This record gives sequence, C-alpha cells and structure tokens, in this order.
Amino acid sequence: MARILSKRALTSVTKLFVVEAPLIAAAARPGQFVIVRVREDGERIPLTIADYDADRGEITIVVQEVGVTTRLLGALDEGDDILDMVGPLGSAPEIEPGGHVVGVGGGFGAAALLCLMRDLTERGAPTTAIIGARDKGLLILTDELRAVCSHLELCTDDGSAGFKGLVTERLQQLIDGDGEGDGPGRPDRVLAIGPMPMMRAVADTTHDAGIETLVSMDPLMIDGTGMCGGCRITVGDEVKFACVDGPFFDAHQVDFDEAVRRNRMYADMENQAAERQALECQASAGAA
Amino acid sequence: MPVKRIDKTPMRQRDAGVRAHDFLEVNEGYDLSRAMFEAERCLRCQDAVCVDGCPVRIPIPEFIHAIAAGDMAEAASILRGANPLPAICGRVCPQETQCEELCHMNNRFSAAAIGHLERFVADWERDQPANDGARKPWRDEKIAVIGSGPAGLVCAGQLVDMGYPVTVYEALHAPGGVLRYGIPEFRLPNAILDWEIDVLRQRGVEIVTNVIVGKTIALDDLLNDMGFAAAFIGTGAGLPRFLGIPGENLNGVFSANEFLTRINLMRAYDFPVADTPMKVGKRVAVIGAGNTAMDTVRSSMRMGAEKGLIVYRRSETEMTARIEEYHHAIEEGVEFHWLTNPIEVLGNDEGWVTGLKCQVMELGEPDESGRARPVPVAGSEFVIEVDNVVLSIGTTPNPLLLQSTPGLETDRWGCLVADQEFGRTTRPRIYAGGDVVTGAATVILAAGAGKSAAQSIHRDLSAANEAGAGQMTIKATAPPSA
Repeated sequence: MARILSKRALTSVTKLFVVEAPLIAAAARPGQFVIVRVREDGERIPLTIADYDADRGEITIVVQEVGVTTRLLGALDEGDDILDMVGPLGSAPEIEPGGHVVGVGGGFGAAALLCLMRDLTERGAPTTAIIGARDKGLLILTDELRAVCSHLELCTDDGSAGFKGLVTERLQQLIDGDGEGDGPGRPDRVLAIGPMPMMRAVADTTHDAGIETLVSMDPLMIDGTGMCGGCRITVGDEVKFACVDGPFFDAHQVDFDEAVRRNRMYADMENQAAERQALECQASAGAA
Repeated sequence: MPVKRIDKTPMRQRDAGVRAHDFLEVNEGYDLSRAMFEAERCLRCQDAVCVDGCPVRIPIPEFIHAIAAGDMAEAASILRGANPLPAICGRVCPQETQCEELCHMNNRFSAAAIGHLERFVADWERDQPANDGARKPWRDEKIAVIGSGPAGLVCAGQLVDMGYPVTVYEALHAPGGVLRYGIPEFRLPNAILDWEIDVLRQRGVEIVTNVIVGKTIALDDLLNDMGFAAAFIGTGAGLPRFLGIPGENLNGVFSANEFLTRINLMRAYDFPVADTPMKVGKRVAVIGAGNTAMDTVRSSMRMGAEKGLIVYRRSETEMTARIEEYHHAIEEGVEFHWLTNPIEVLGNDEGWVTGLKCQVMELGEPDESGRARPVPVAGSEFVIEVDNVVLSIGTTPNPLLLQSTPGLETDRWGCLVADQEFGRTTRPRIYAGGDVVTGAATVILAAGAGKSAAQSIHRDLSAANEAGAGQMTIKATAPPSA
C-alpha cells in the first residue's frame, strides 16, 4: 500500500499525486516507472515516475484518466491508499554527457520529463523541454519544467500559448536552426515521451537530421519484471521487453506499427469495461 | 490385518465433460474411509526406500501408519515437520517418478498412494480450528528470503521452525510465485495456496509483497544496512523463452507465462468483474509438452476455446508432462500434434493470428539431452488454423537480481551457481535453491532445495556463533520453554 500525501488536478482528466513510497523514492532514477493496482481483482498498470524525493520518501505520479484503472486512481484523494505499488522498474535512459538535449513531452508525457530534465540539467547539459497540448489550459507543469530546464518551449494547437502548432513542428524549427542565438539552439539529442503517434512523429522528424533520439515505450504490461513478455517490442532486428530492457529505446529502430497494433489488442474489451464502469457510476449516483 | 488391495485406491475426479469448462479442482481427494483403507496398503518396510525418492525426505511410512491408526493429528504433525507445503505437494508432486516409483508395492502391484494420502492429511488439517497466533522467533539472526515460490516458502517455514525471524520478499502483489501465477486453480486452488501461506504466517513468517530485491532494494542493502544475517534466493525461473520464428509478435501470441498469469494471478476468467482482459479464440495451439503446456492448453479450453492443441516437435515418448496431466488433457479433449515443428505464425491484415505453419519431424539420433533428436522431413510444411499461439517451451532465471548483485556467479544458461547439497552461492551469507539454480524443474525439487538451504543456513550461523561469543551459542540451542 502506498499512501497519497497530496493530489492536484492538472487538467480535468489529469491528476498529480505525491505518494509516500520511501523504498521506491530511494532507489528511483529518472525515467523509471512503477506498476500500480488500485483494487482487488484490479489490473496492473505501469505509470512513469514523474519525480521523486529520496529524503522525503516520496514519489510523484501523473495519471491521465483514459480507462477503468486510471479513472479509479484519479478518483482517489489525499489520505487514500493505492492498493499496490511496485518499483522502480525499467532503467534510466543512457544519455552521453555533453550536447544540447531536447525533451519532447506530449500531453501528460510532459510530467515524465520533470525528473529527466532536472537530472540532465544538473549534470551540466543545456536542456530544452518542448511540451504541447490542444490549448493553454491543457498544458501541464509549465512552472515546474521551466525551473529544471535551460529553455521551455510551449506549443498549442490553437496558439493560446507559445508556438501555434505541434511539438514536432517546433522541434523541426529548432533542427533547422531557428533556435540559434538567444534561443535554445539545435538539438544534439532528443528524448520523447507521450502518446505513441507523437513519439513516432518525433522519430520521423529527427530521423533525416540524424539526431540521436530515445522514446519511452509504454506497451501493455503485467508483472514489469520480464516474466510475461507481453511488453515485447521489436527494435531493429531484436525483440526487447520494454519492462526490463527499456522503457527507452532508439526511436529510429522501434517498430511503431507493431507497437501500436499490440497496444490496441484489448481495445474492444477495454471499451466494454469502461462502459460498464460508466453504468456503475450512474447507478451509484442514482442511488445517492 | 485387513485385506490389502493390489491396486491403488482411486481418487474421485470430476467428470471431464463438466470440468473442462470451469476452473474448479479436477481431483476430489479421499474421504476418511478411503484414506484409512489405502493407508493399510503401505507395507511398513524396514528400508523405507520411498523416503529416498522424496526431495524433502518426508518420513512416509510413519505418517501413513498414523493415518491407518486413525491419528490424523499425528500424521499432520509428521508431514508438516518435513514439508511446510503438504496440501500443495500432495496435489502437484510427480509422485509416480519419486516416492511411489520406489515403493516396494510397485514391484508387483501398484504403489501405495503416497501423494493422495499426503493431500488427504493436509486437507484434514485445513478443516481443523486455526492455531493460536504467531509464535515469537527466539533467535536473533534475521533471514531474508527472496521470492515466495515453493523454494522460498519452504526455506522460510523451516527457518521459523528453527526459531529465526524470517522476512520473505515477493515482487508481485500476491505471494506464492509460480504456485500463484503459474499453476491453474483446477490443479491447485488459490484457497489451498492461501491457507498454506496463512499457516506459515501463523508460524511467524513475515511476507512483504511488492518489493523487487535488485530493484526496490539491493540484496547488499538487506545484508549490510537492514541487518539480515543471511539471505536465500528463490527467485525461480520466470523468464519466458520465445522461438524466434516469424510472426511471434502478432496479436494473439502469448508466452505461457503471460497466458497463465492473466488467468491465475489476474483472474481474467472473471472479466469484466476482474479488470484484466484475456482474449482466447476458438482454436488455441500450445507449443511444448511439459506440465506448463498441459496447464495452458487445459486453461484455454476453460477460457472458452473449442479446441486446444498441443504442438510438439518430439514424440509422446519424449514429452515431459506428468502422466496424470497428460491423461487429464486427453480426457478433456485436447488434440496432440506430435513430431510437429512450428516454423511461422501466420496473421491477417489486422495483425491477428490466423494459423501456425509447421513441418513434420522424424526422430533421429539422441541429442545432448539423451532424447531422440527431431529432424525435419523435407517438403512437409503444412498449416494448422488457429486463433492463438501460446509458447510453452521453457523458462530461464530472471537476471534482475543476479545482475544487480556483485559477486554472484551464473552459469552459461543464466542459472545461479550454488552447490546442490547446501545451497551455498559464490558469496558468503547468500544461499539459493530451486529453479533459479537448476533451471525450470518441479515444485518439490524447489521445496527440497529450500529445505536444505535452511538447514545449511542454520549450520553455518551456528558454527559462526560458536566460533564467536559463547553467549550466542547458548541462545542458539533451544527454544524457550515458556
């Protein structure tokens, strides 16, 4: 069990939790993840560790409510316990020191950049975070990210904040030299975390420019320790387990078609479960 | 003396047509009269060779005599002294190749049903009132056990009985290891596993779930900072092998580990009441012919498959599954494709499995395993139409802990090096046993290794104490009489 110490709604469907987890906080490295379960007979889902504080024995997780388990988790409050939490899992990305590192975070992927960018900045790398959302209200953790990066680039579809357009369009501009001078500069390395289509678009953007790029893959997973093999991903000629070999992989080698297809394996059943959950919600609201 | 039957008293089983569609236990166990009748079949040999066939050396004639005398409490106490998991071993041990194979009755008739009797006594014990509270350990040296599978649980059970405070660390959210995620409920109900684990807890074993030693805590932190005097590694062989054939990442292809974990640990058969989904099509091909393969193919039918198929590149003779499981699978309608080697998984445009391309094999000269080597027959390729392919071709030890702990030696198969007799690894204070040392084997071999390691931990700590302060020796000799 892991006690929720505080909760913050970042958007209507994105919640940030600070959780008491001293062992995980002490062992965590940037980019690692935990697996949680929120009720008996509940499923196990992986969540990126957005931040951790070993001294306080706390970790931060950010949850976007997209399915049964994330909705149940999102409904928990300060003082509640998360039934099961295990980690830290996976490994931190291997990023050679030196050079300008650009982290691209789509949607709630921005949260995962937090400790990654702080770590890189502390190690002396010039860092830029590019985060994007539909509009200004959906951009998350901008102040927190600004504090840990050399530069923060905001992108919105409607132009309500920062650059009007996609994170990959802004990334392309930086690659093309738009950020020279006062700006963040041309990226030497790129790290992308977010929805699969965004990570794939980042991979395409950096491919021709030959910029080393890592993506954080989040396939379906059960145990998270290499036991089930459900999270297998084709990287180049090899099959890797995202839980133990990842979650970071060379973006230009990942078979995104396969990864997208495998992530949708249970889409119909997930929808069925979500509908059932919605009905239960209505029923309990009606009863109250 | 009552008449001895020449044949083993049969245990009732649920009808194959019914049981093949639910997860309730197949075997129904003995009742008291059958158990006492069967107990009389034991010859009470002077040289009880059956005990030599038992990896945990249960005093078999003694516990069977207690049954025959109607003293179930005595039988239970004898069993438990030797084996902390009797209800489990009575169900899943391959007795026919162990104790019962050596039984002198087996020379002319059929062996005494040692396994059935073990199960009977353990189930009798389960119906008795629970024990009074946890016992206090009377020794100072804390022992860490890593992994709550059969090796770890037996090691922990033996150590608390010797008075050590024991903490078992489990990576998953529920204890039991392969007994929980691997063996299906129709062979080993979760209620039985829960009960055995509760008994261990009552006897003082502390179990901590959701901790991955090697990730959450380093093994050296347990030994250096958290005050554990010794550690036992029983992390099993949890890493699934894949064949590396084309199409293996199609939707609908699983490792047996994933397939069984979704069902057993996550209870996918109860979806959407349980949250974890599982997709089982009409025809399921399971590759391999070990016990896990039988568990998988029989589970697939219970999940709604119309046809469960075993696809195996060798023949029936080389099959490694227990004969009982094989027979149960046949009774339940499983189809066996011997000498059939899968070479490609075929899929449709959406990336879902549609078939398994195979080639016919014939048996050649013996290979390094001593079994006849299967050789492909040229031009014999054919396709079996299936909706799922499940790979049950073996597992290897999980390297997470081994790689994160300096000084632990592994062999070329990735198994942890430890001497079989004492469970000592290449590092002092670290012991190991079970599948992590031997590669995937049986529950009872793991249990045996857990037991020997517990004894050598006790011996080594006692020796160290005797070499050290005298007062420690006094403390380590006997439980307090209070």
